Amino acid sequence: MDLLQAREIVKRYAGHTALDRVTVTVPENSIYGLLGPNGAGKTTLIRIINRITAPDEGELLFGGRPMQGDDIHSIGYLPEERGLYKKMKVGEQALYLAQLKGLSRHEALRRLKRWFEKFGITSWWNKKVEELSKGMQQKVQFIVTVIHRPRLLIFDEPFTGFDPINTRMLKKEILALRDEGATIIFSTHDMGSVEELCDHITLIDRGHTLLEGPIDQIRARYASNEYEVRFEGQVNLLTATLNSRFSIIKHTQEGNTSLVRIRIHDRGTSNDALRMLLDAGKILSFNKITPGMNEIFIRVVEEATGKDAEKENTTITSDRS
Amino acid sequence: MNKTTLIIKREYLTRVRKKSFIILTLLTPLFMAAFVVIPALIMTSGTKEVRRIAVVEQGGELFRGVLHSTEYLKFDYLENVPLDSLKRNFDRMGYYGVLVLTPQVSYVPSAAILFSRKQPPLEVVNYIETSLEKEIEKRKLLSYHIRDLDKILKQVETNIRLQTIQVSETGEEKQTSTTVAMAIAYVGGLLIYMLTFMFGAMVMRGVIEEKTNRIVEVLVSSVKPVQLMMGKIIGIALVGLTQFFLWIVLTLVIVAGVTQMLGGGDQGQQTTPAPRSLFSGQVTPPDAAGGSDALDLGDLMAGNAVFEAIASVNWPLILGAFFLYFLGGYLLYASLFAAIGAAVDNETDTQQFMMPVTIPLLIALFIAMGAFQNPDSGIAFWGSIIPFTAPVVMMARLPYGVPAWQLFLSVGLLYLTFLGMVWVAARIYRTGILMYGKKVSWKELWRWLRYRNY
Repeated sequence: MDLLQAREIVKRYAGHTALDRVTVTVPENSIYGLLGPNGAGKTTLIRIINRITAPDEGELLFGGRPMQGDDIHSIGYLPEERGLYKKMKVGEQALYLAQLKGLSRHEALRRLKRWFEKFGITSWWNKKVEELSKGMQQKVQFIVTVIHRPRLLIFDEPFTGFDPINTRMLKKEILALRDEGATIIFSTHDMGSVEELCDHITLIDRGHTLLEGPIDQIRARYASNEYEVRFEGQVNLLTATLNSRFSIIKHTQEGNTSLVRIRIHDRGTSNDALRMLLDAGKILSFNKITPGMNEIFIRVVEEATGKDAEKENTTITSDRS
Repeated sequence: MNKTTLIIKREYLTRVRKKSFIILTLLTPLFMAAFVVIPALIMTSGTKEVRRIAVVEQGGELFRGVLHSTEYLKFDYLENVPLDSLKRNFDRMGYYGVLVLTPQVSYVPSAAILFSRKQPPLEVVNYIETSLEKEIEKRKLLSYHIRDLDKILKQVETNIRLQTIQVSETGEEKQTSTTVAMAIAYVGGLLIYMLTFMFGAMVMRGVIEEKTNRIVEVLVSSVKPVQLMMGKIIGIALVGLTQFFLWIVLTLVIVAGVTQMLGGGDQGQQTTPAPRSLFSGQVTPPDAAGGSDALDLGDLMAGNAVFEAIASVNWPLILGAFFLYFLGGYLLYASLFAAIGAAVDNETDTQQFMMPVTIPLLIALFIAMGAFQNPDSGIAFWGSIIPFTAPVVMMARLPYGVPAWQLFLSVGLLYLTFLGMVWVAARIYRTGILMYGKKVSWKELWRWLRYRNY
């Protein structure tokens, strides 16, 4: 079932359209990556989901029915630009924010205590926020975001400001939350963590959806029929046996071992390639290359930008004629 | 607990617990009490010191026994003392000063000279001048050989103190004092002006703090921006009322405490000279002239009249109106201040938007200044009806008496405008708090008013 559906969302600001009929479908109990370059409209979309701003057009479904005001209690939001009251004590502040999410004072205290123990930060309770480092503050913010056990969690760039150890811990917590039944929308520029965590993604750019679907399918779709071969022997030998169905994209040689990337053209198959390689030397490995999200991201966004530029050019030309 | 209540509680508690709040709350009453107590102290301590003055007359004995000693001022009429050595040594002889008189005093005003080491206080100078004047006048009159002069003088003696009585249409009379009315008007108007600015700016700084901190991003996902704004405005209003209440209570406690301490056993002696010199404006020699009794009585009556006038002021009305206008004016301006805070990124950017807030308040203050003189002029009337100037101007007009319908109209309009202003401010606020790094123009603000939001 889909926990959240944003259908044909349009949001216009003076002078530009931040979101132009964007549709996002977030399956229940999944980690959903919201990707896009700076200024793509991610934050606007997140704010609309959080009911901070209203869309000009389109509708939001939460748990299958139109979203209502009270649904924000089922959402936990960790914004990209996040802060705390600097002069307030950590515990007092966490308690205040937890109560604003609708928890009773008693319940909030109980849960906070558990989380503080889990993160090993109980000793911070009576410290002022300004005494904490940025990473420490982020931990407090993370706790406050998830404290009311919302069905939907939205993390906007959650890892910025964390050291690798804390990043790993946070990833573990995010996965644990998913396993406990939460649905997570996750916005980031860090494609490594997208590959690691996300089940589904949407890529938006300048208010348009460029890509949407399960991450495996997307990566398969962008697989480019390239293979990486490691074998003992000389590249020259391979070049000699190469025919029109294959081409070498790049190669490196270390001592006796060669690492070659080949592309299989339309009529070829991986089996043909292997057969041909058998003569070149002792094969150590043969892998299909799946493009990383990083590559896909850059490729898709650049293609879209190129198309737009082309379109603009044609408009200008037609204006002239 | 309701979310707005939670926000109000936080806004209130964090401010009330601040050191600066506690210090300001404790120090201000000390200053205010000092304003009340110190002049009284000076007055009482000034008269306490006994000053002895040597009187030397050159070329006659016209003024022997003319200057009567009082409790704190003693006169010794010295004879056959060389003036030169006296002038050098009078302090060693226990004198405060030497008064040198010549017969010319009767027609040369400057013929009386008081030598002293320090500048003599005004009351000493006044006392000597008045005593001599009275005596010389009396003698001049005597020289006309009028019969029954004393009787005539007593009959001629006049002393007018204008009684002002407000009379209502139903014939109800009330004794008033213009001075008291003016003082109340002045204090009321000025206080509202200052407090509105002080606490309004506090709201603005709070909003800017939340915005630059970026905590607002976290908050708006769990509360509506309008709740956040109202929570802050109401929380700070409570801070203001708490502070004001504490100021009044502490000032009264301090003043009462000091009075008690100084008053001690002989309260009569302490209090009677004070009001007389406070309100009559001059020190009269107790029995220098024939009409002194009547004068004293008049002085006492004048003092009483002021107290009566203070007592006759409709305090419940003044205080009630003060509360209503402070709250209404504050709420109106605080919502504007909140909108400004939301529209900018830091405090230095507030300048361009501060103008429309400062100018009405300043205009209100100017109108109020005029209203002290003429509380029923057209400009004072309109100033007290238009909501943006009403709190300050109406407080200035109120002690002089304002028809009920004007009061109701003014308060009603004020609170209606406040509601409208909250609506406008909330729309600017919710867009502004999430907008960064952009210099906002007036046109932009106008556009924000029309954005679609929940």
